[in-house]
Amino acid sequence: MFAFSKTAEEQIENILKKYPEKKKLSAILPLLTLTQRQEGYVSPEAMIEIGKRLDCSPAYVQSVCSFYTMYYTHPVGKHLILFCHNISCQLNGADDLLKYTEDKLNVKVGETTEDKKFTLHREECLAACCGAPMMRVNDTYYENLTRERIDHILDSLD
Amino acid sequence: MTQILLKNIDREGLHTLKVYEEQGGYQSLKKAFEKKPEEIIEMVKASGLRGRGGAGFPTGLKWSFLAKDVFPRYLCCNADESEPGTCKDRLLLEKNPHMLIEGMILCSYACRIEIGYIYLRGEFYHIDAVIEKALDEVRQKGYLGKNIMGTGFNLEIHTHLGAGAYICGEESALLNSLEGMRGEPRSKPPFPAVEGLYSKPTVINNVETLCVIPWIVNEGPEKHAAMGTEKSKGTKLVSVSGHVKKPGNYEIVLGTPTSELIYNMAGGIRDDNKLKAFIPGGSSANILPADKVDVPYDYEAIAEAGSMLGSGALIVMDHTVNIVESALRMTYFYMHESCGKCTPCREGTRWMWQLLTDIQNGEGSNEQVEKLEDICDNMSFKCFCALGDAAVAPVASSIMHFRSDYDELIKKLTPGVTGV
Ligand SMILES: Cc1cc2nc3c(=O)[nH]c(=O)nc-3n(C[C@H](O)[C@H](O)[C@H](O)COP(=O)(O)O)c2cc1C
Ligand code: SF4
Ligand code: FES
Repeated sequence: MFAFSKTAEEQIENILKKYPEKKKLSAILPLLTLTQRQEGYVSPEAMIEIGKRLDCSPAYVQSVCSFYTMYYTHPVGKHLILFCHNISCQLNGADDLLKYTEDKLNVKVGETTEDKKFTLHREECLAACCGAPMMRVNDTYYENLTRERIDHILDSLD
Repeated sequence: MTQILLKNIDREGLHTLKVYEEQGGYQSLKKAFEKKPEEIIEMVKASGLRGRGGAGFPTGLKWSFLAKDVFPRYLCCNADESEPGTCKDRLLLEKNPHMLIEGMILCSYACRIEIGYIYLRGEFYHIDAVIEKALDEVRQKGYLGKNIMGTGFNLEIHTHLGAGAYICGEESALLNSLEGMRGEPRSKPPFPAVEGLYSKPTVINNVETLCVIPWIVNEGPEKHAAMGTEKSKGTKLVSVSGHVKKPGNYEIVLGTPTSELIYNMAGGIRDDNKLKAFIPGGSSANILPADKVDVPYDYEAIAEAGSMLGSGALIVMDHTVNIVESALRMTYFYMHESCGKCTPCREGTRWMWQLLTDIQNGEGSNEQVEKLEDICDNMSFKCFCALGDAAVAPVASSIMHFRSDYDELIKKLTPGVTGV
C-alpha cells in the first residue's frame, strides 16, 4: 500500500499551483521526487497513485520514471552516496578513492551494505569540479576528498 | 578589473534580500520600468551579450525572436548545469540567488512574460530551498506578483527540479522534461521562441547569462560592449579544474590569454609539472595540446584554435595523463547520457566506448583507432541533437593531437602487434 504523508499532501497542493491549471502533468517529476524522498524508492503502487493524481496511466508514470537516474525502483540504504568519477574528479584521484570507499563499506558500486546503512553509486559530474574529487551524501556536497575525509564523513553518520 | 558576477560573492549573507539590496541589488528595476520593454531588448542587443550556456547565441537577438503578439509567454532559466568541468552556475545560485531573480525580472519585463521557471538539476535539491527562500522574500517586497511597483506588470517565478539527466540541459529536452515527459529533445524548428513551453513562445537562458542583465541595465550597454574583443563582449566565469594548484571559478574579461588563467589565476600546474593538454569549454569541446595555451579566451579565438568556449569549463591536464584514459571516461559519460532517441548517438557512443576500453586494456590495434575515426565521421552532424557532436569531440580530438598516446597503449601492452 502506498499513501502520501500529510506533509506530502500539503506540498502537493503547493506544487500543483506552480503550473497552469490544464498542465498538471508538469508535476510528475516533483511528485516522483516527493515519493522517492518519503519512501526511499518509487514502487508500482506509488506510480498508480501518481497516475491518479495527474490523470495519466501508471504505465506513463513508469516510462517517465525510468528515464531519470535519480529515481530508484527498489529500496536503497539509509544514506545515499553519489561518488563522482567524471573527468575533473578522475584527474584528481577519484578512481582510487572510490575503490577505497568500496573496500571500506565492503560493497561494489551500485550495492547497498548488508545493514542497509549505505548505498554507493558512481555518478557523473555533479557540478563541483573545482572541488574535485567530490561526493554527494544525501543532500550534502563534500569536496576536496581524501581517505581521511571520507572516513570522517562516513563514520560520523548514524 | 571589472567584476560583474563575482563582485560581492564572498560577502556574508549575500543570499538574503537585505544584504543584496545593501550592495545595490534590485536598483535596475526602477531604471528598467521607466523604459519601454522593447528598449530593454535593444539595450541587451547593444551590449553584445552572448549566451553563457554553451552555444554563445546573442541574447538580445534571441529575445527579439519571440513570436509577435502570442501570449502567454514563458521564461525558463537553464540551471541544469551538468557539463563535465562546469560548476559556475552552482556558485551563483548558492551564493547570489537574487542576482538571478533580478535578471529574470528584467528579462520578463522586456519580453512581456508573466511566468518564469528555474529548471534546476535534481542534485541541486539543497539549492532549491535557497532559491525558494529568496523568491519568498522578493514576493513579500513586491518585486514579484501582481502589478509590480505600480507598473501593471505581473510576474511569478517558480523552481522546478529535474532528476538526473544531462540531456535535460539541452533546451528542447528541458522543455519536455518540464512538461512532464521523458527528457528527449524536440526537432527544431519550431524554435522555443515560437513554440516552446506548452507550445507557447519561450525564452531559455543560462543562469550566468541572466545574471549579467542587471549590470547592463544599471551601467549601460556601452560599458559592457567596451569590454572584451570585437565579437566576444563582457566578462565570463571560467571554472578551472584538473591539475592546477588553485582550482576555482574565475571571472575574466573575454580575450584574456588562457595561459593567464592557468598560470596566474589558478596558480599553475600542480607540482610544477608540465602542461600536456587542456579542454577550454567542458567535455563537449575538443581537447587542445599545450602549445595552444596562449589562445585568447574568447569565442572566436578558441574556435580558430580548433575547439570551443562552450560553458566556460577549463580542464587542465599535466604530463602524467594518458589522454586515451580521459577520452574513455568522457565517452562513458556520453554513452550513459545518450537519451537513446536516435541511432547514431545511441549506438555510436557505445561502440566508441567498447573500442576505447579495448585500447585502454591493451587489446587495441591500429584498425580500432581507424574504426573510431570512422564512427566519429558517421556521427558528426548526423545526430538528432548536439549531444551526438559533443560525444565526438573527446575522441576525435584525442586521436588528432595525441595519437602517440594511442600508439603507446597499442605497442606496449599487446605482444605481437607492434603498431603495424
Ligand atoms: C547536451 C546538451 C546539454 C546542455 N546543457 C546545458 C546546461 O546544463 N546549462 C545550460 O545553460 N545550457 C545547456 N545547454 C545549452 C542549451 O541548449 C541552451 O543553448 C542554453 O541554455 C541557452 O541559454 P543561453 O543562450 O543563455 O546560453 C546544453 C546543450 C546540449 C546540447
Ligand atoms: S543525439 Fe543522443 S542525446 Fe541527442 S537525441 Fe540523439 S540519442 Fe538523444
Ligand atoms: S567532474 Fe566531478 S564534479 Fe564535475
